[in-house]
Amino acid sequence: MEGTSAIQLKGITKRFGSVVANDHIDLDVKRGQILSLLGENGSGKTTLMNMISGIYFPDEGHIFVEGKEVTIRSPKDAYALGIGMIHQHFKLVDVFTAAENIVLGLEGKGRFDIRSAGRRVKEISEKYGFDIDPDKKVYDMSVSEKQTVEIIKVLYRGADILILDEPTAVLTPQETEKLFAVLRNMRADGKAIVIITHKLHEVMALSDQVAVLRKGRYIGTVNTAETNPQALTEMMVGRAVSLNIDRPEAKYKDLRLEVKGLTCRDHEGVKTLDDVSFQAFGGEILGIAGIAGSGQKELLEAIAGLQHVEAGSVLYYPPHPNSDIAGYHVPVDRNGEELVGKNPTQIRKVGVSLAFVPEDRLGMGLVAGMDMVDNMMLKTYREHKGPFVDRKAPRALAERLIEELEIVTPGVSTPVRRLSGGNVQKVLVGREIDSTPTVLMTAYPVRGLDINSSYTIYGLLNQQKLKGVAVILVGEDLDVLLELCDRILVLCGGKVSGIVDGRGTTKEEVGLYMTHVGGGKEAAQDA
Amino acid sequence: MTFLLNLITAAVLYGTPLLYGTTGEILTEKSGNLNLGVEGMMFMGGAVGLGAAFYYEKLTGAAVSAPLAVVIAIAGSFLAGAAGALIFSFLTITLRANQNVTGLALTIFGTGVGQYLGEFMRVQEGTYVAVSNTLKAAFNNSPFPAALQQLPVVGSLLFGHSIFTYLGIAMAVAMGLYLRRSRSGLYLRAVGESPATADAAGISVARYKYLATVIGGGISAVGGMVYIMTVVGGVWNHEGLSGEGWLAVALVIFCLWSPYRAIWGSILFGGLLILYLRMPIDLIPDQIYKILPYVVTVVVLIFTSLRNNRDKQPPASLGLAYFREER
Amino acid sequence: MHNGEKTPLIRLAKRESMPAAAQWGIRIAAILLALVVGGLVILISGNNPVQGYATIVEGALGKTSGIRQTVKNFIPLLGAALAIAPCFKMRFWNIGAEGQITAGAMCATYFALFWADRLPQVPLLLIMCAAGAVGGGIWALIPAFFKARWGTNETLFTLMMNYIIIGVVKWLQGGPWEKIPRGSQQIEQFASNACLPRVAGVYCGWIIVLVLTVLMFLYMRYTKHGYEIAVIGESENTARYAGMNVGWIIMRTMFLSGAIAGIVGFLLVSGANNTLYSGVANNAGFTAITVAWLAQLNPFAMVGISALLAVLQKGADTLNTQMSIPVSLSDVITGVLLFFMLGCEFFINYRLIFRGAEERQARKEAAKS
Repeated sequence: MEGTSAIQLKGITKRFGSVVANDHIDLDVKRGQILSLLGENGSGKTTLMNMISGIYFPDEGHIFVEGKEVTIRSPKDAYALGIGMIHQHFKLVDVFTAAENIVLGLEGKGRFDIRSAGRRVKEISEKYGFDIDPDKKVYDMSVSEKQTVEIIKVLYRGADILILDEPTAVLTPQETEKLFAVLRNMRADGKAIVIITHKLHEVMALSDQVAVLRKGRYIGTVNTAETNPQALTEMMVGRAVSLNIDRPEAKYKDLRLEVKGLTCRDHEGVKTLDDVSFQAFGGEILGIAGIAGSGQKELLEAIAGLQHVEAGSVLYYPPHPNSDIAGYHVPVDRNGEELVGKNPTQIRKVGVSLAFVPEDRLGMGLVAGMDMVDNMMLKTYREHKGPFVDRKAPRALAERLIEELEIVTPGVSTPVRRLSGGNVQKVLVGREIDSTPTVLMTAYPVRGLDINSSYTIYGLLNQQKLKGVAVILVGEDLDVLLELCDRILVLCGGKVSGIVDGRGTTKEEVGLYMTHVGGGKEAAQDA
Repeated sequence: MTFLLNLITAAVLYGTPLLYGTTGEILTEKSGNLNLGVEGMMFMGGAVGLGAAFYYEKLTGAAVSAPLAVVIAIAGSFLAGAAGALIFSFLTITLRANQNVTGLALTIFGTGVGQYLGEFMRVQEGTYVAVSNTLKAAFNNSPFPAALQQLPVVGSLLFGHSIFTYLGIAMAVAMGLYLRRSRSGLYLRAVGESPATADAAGISVARYKYLATVIGGGISAVGGMVYIMTVVGGVWNHEGLSGEGWLAVALVIFCLWSPYRAIWGSILFGGLLILYLRMPIDLIPDQIYKILPYVVTVVVLIFTSLRNNRDKQPPASLGLAYFREER
Repeated sequence: MHNGEKTPLIRLAKRESMPAAAQWGIRIAAILLALVVGGLVILISGNNPVQGYATIVEGALGKTSGIRQTVKNFIPLLGAALAIAPCFKMRFWNIGAEGQITAGAMCATYFALFWADRLPQVPLLLIMCAAGAVGGGIWALIPAFFKARWGTNETLFTLMMNYIIIGVVKWLQGGPWEKIPRGSQQIEQFASNACLPRVAGVYCGWIIVLVLTVLMFLYMRYTKHGYEIAVIGESENTARYAGMNVGWIIMRTMFLSGAIAGIVGFLLVSGANNTLYSGVANNAGFTAITVAWLAQLNPFAMVGISALLAVLQKGADTLNTQMSIPVSLSDVITGVLLFFMLGCEFFINYRLIFRGAEERQARKEAAKS
């Protein structure tokens, strides 16, 4: 069995309108192996796998399973062929239990018995080393538990070809290790596994073979043992790239924000931020790390005046009068201006700016259906007097940004939805920077971007830092945070579990802080 | 005591058509389709159901079989409602039209068709279209033997209602069991909660939506026929039917999408509908009494949104179209 | 895929965009198809469809009296569609225009009944109009408040509000406001100073709704309010991030929407009927929703669609008197028309790809070059 071809693709092509997402792709996935499908964001990895799992239908090409040509029209067809995919965005019904989600879509004979299904779920869990309660409702689960349900769902159907789409994006380093252990168990069991990723160290740690896609084209497959990250990056990007991110030192470093005992609650009364205290300095990039949903979003929103603050204070100190960014904003108390209690517009006028890139990219900072002009005035449209909006100034700004940031768009009146991810994020960050902020808060600014665009954004952030802006960056990728940030604040369950120096820390240390308040020491005692 | 019994009997009489309208719409909404055309489908069901029974009787004359007439009326009204729901399904599922607007269009169309048929039959026959007393009795009388009905208290309370009440309750219970306990019911709920999830799990979203909406529409329409044959007394009267469909939509919310709750919910609403006749209070005018069901629904709506109980919310995808390749 | 046997027969793809001319071509084709189906209905009822449509057009537009009635049908449809437009733009599904019209009509009627003897015509009409606007506005504000505060489902809430206010008017009609002698279940006809003057034979409401059309266009397109509404409609989160007070804007917009519906109610009681009854809105509030949607919330397109439906309504009346076809035929044809127009949007937004069609297209293009 081992080493034989489980699934083979020949000349697969898929177009979305005029965009070619996959251009004649060949691929060979073998039994008892883990194949990494590597490529930058937008290179067509997910599209390709979606065609194997029946979500999309290819425009051209052939798919072979066990050497026989097959047609996969729907996810059902895929399951029948033993193919199961774990999507990046979990496909689970929130109000159902784990067991109900797992049996969803199965052709069953005889009486429907959810309890016996629960028993089988337990069996599978024990075999591969999962930990799950079949009767727990999905809305009560953590991200990692939801992922476990997804994987069991696929195994329950007897899948022996598993596709995982960026499975580690939402996990802590420790959870990632656990997942990898499970995947290795499955490989030993003779299953064929494809893992979609753009993280090189994961490729190196886990896979047997690596297939690389670039801009919708298939570049080649190599054995992991015979390659290295630098060579893979070159395949991925198409040329030699330096993997180092700059971390320059700024001239001015002055206290800008002082957060003390900040506490917030959500609708259900659960604390989302719990006694958060820290300082942010001008001329510094402060990274914020944590498992998804640890309070990152709430923290930024609370500072920006978008969250109701239950207790605590946020003191703002203006920049040095001689610095480049001084004098653009309303004057404030030199001894610290309290921001809690001000509304978002007032806080913005002080110089605090927020650029949040949500999971769907659009929808928080930008209006997808509107053009660049209308998006430029999103935060400033009120400043003009009278009942009518003024579109002249925003139009000029849009044109300037297109030129300065090399935004690719047919024109200022094209809806931003039609722009590519990188350009959308340039529009968003560009607009925020144009307001000459003194504090620039940004969350996931490189989400979904290819390496080139990511570096453009990092460059923009460093530029701001050098001008004396206090940059606060919420990121998903620990490797990037470690290279870019001066200090890293780690959130865990709404609490600050640690603040570390970006130059002196390690990924493992940050990882421990992500799961344990008190960080390394406490965890070490556990072990 | 007699007063209370009479009140309950009347509440059941008025509540039974609502039970059909409501359970039908619950099935529809469980698939994620918000069909606001219940009013229209009940009109179509009422007119076609009455017409079917009337013309069947006219054809057979004295040889008319009462049970068969009931079956024909049910079948006719079901098909009429199912046809209306099929139009809705085609527009919203296949052609992805907005559900609110399509539902309203179906209401305009359905009430139009119902009234058109009603008036058309009247013009054709030159007189009011009404079924004979024999048939009327078959539609209205209890299916149980007289001995049972004459038991003190429980006789009229449990055995004194029309066949449609028992059919309706049986159907609601069956639907409740189907949704809670069966595999296919679980899949249907998954489609209504998260069509993308159901699709990825290999469930045919379109098929479930079509079936639930068409069958649900048919069941709702039977309610229109039941109203015409029992409450109105087997004669076309569009005035009487008007508002029933909207009340059913309200009841769906009141029952929090549970067919079990629909059973007592519809009897309660039936009671509210006739309370002004049975229990007039000088301070409260009739017309104000009559808006009680709507006020109660609004209050329920507000409370469910306040309470935020995850298990008692509308199906999460209610009112949204689904397109697999949406990017 | 080269072996065509295995691809699905028809696939779907989203269209990037379509030239405006082609879009209107599809819509007009849909209307024509709907009229063909409507003709079948006339045929089934035992009449000649061509003659039937001729009668409809003749009845609605042939004589001055017919045109006047058509315009009377047109006013509330257009007015209510304009009222609904900003809500729908905000993705707030206000299906309570029917009730908001009724509420406005009720408030206007209060002044017509009890203040007519104290006030001259112009101030009285202005007060009635303002009362109508406030009444409709408040009736819309109630569901908006709960939506803004607790996210209560507005579709179902506004729907229920219709029946509540209609019940209240029924009570007034048969109770405190019933005319003497009692028992008629009717409200007294308004005094002449509470009635809107006529212009060109029809009460001046048509001028008011046409002016409102232009105002609404400007409001949605060029004002800060219009911009805020559009942003919220696209994404509430974005609006919140831009520092907009979403709840306040929802309430403000709903009040405006209800106020316009309330003014329509005022026009109906003061201009069209000169009295109040529970069915004063006569389903205009519901039909207008489809009008607003089909016009893609463009006020000028609403004028055309309202006119089309108004012609149908009046024409069906004539058809009823002349050919004794039930008057509800207009509802049937209106329904069919709406179905076709709703369905045709699909062909504007999506592209159907038939099996093998793309390869043929590719081959054709290859042959050309």
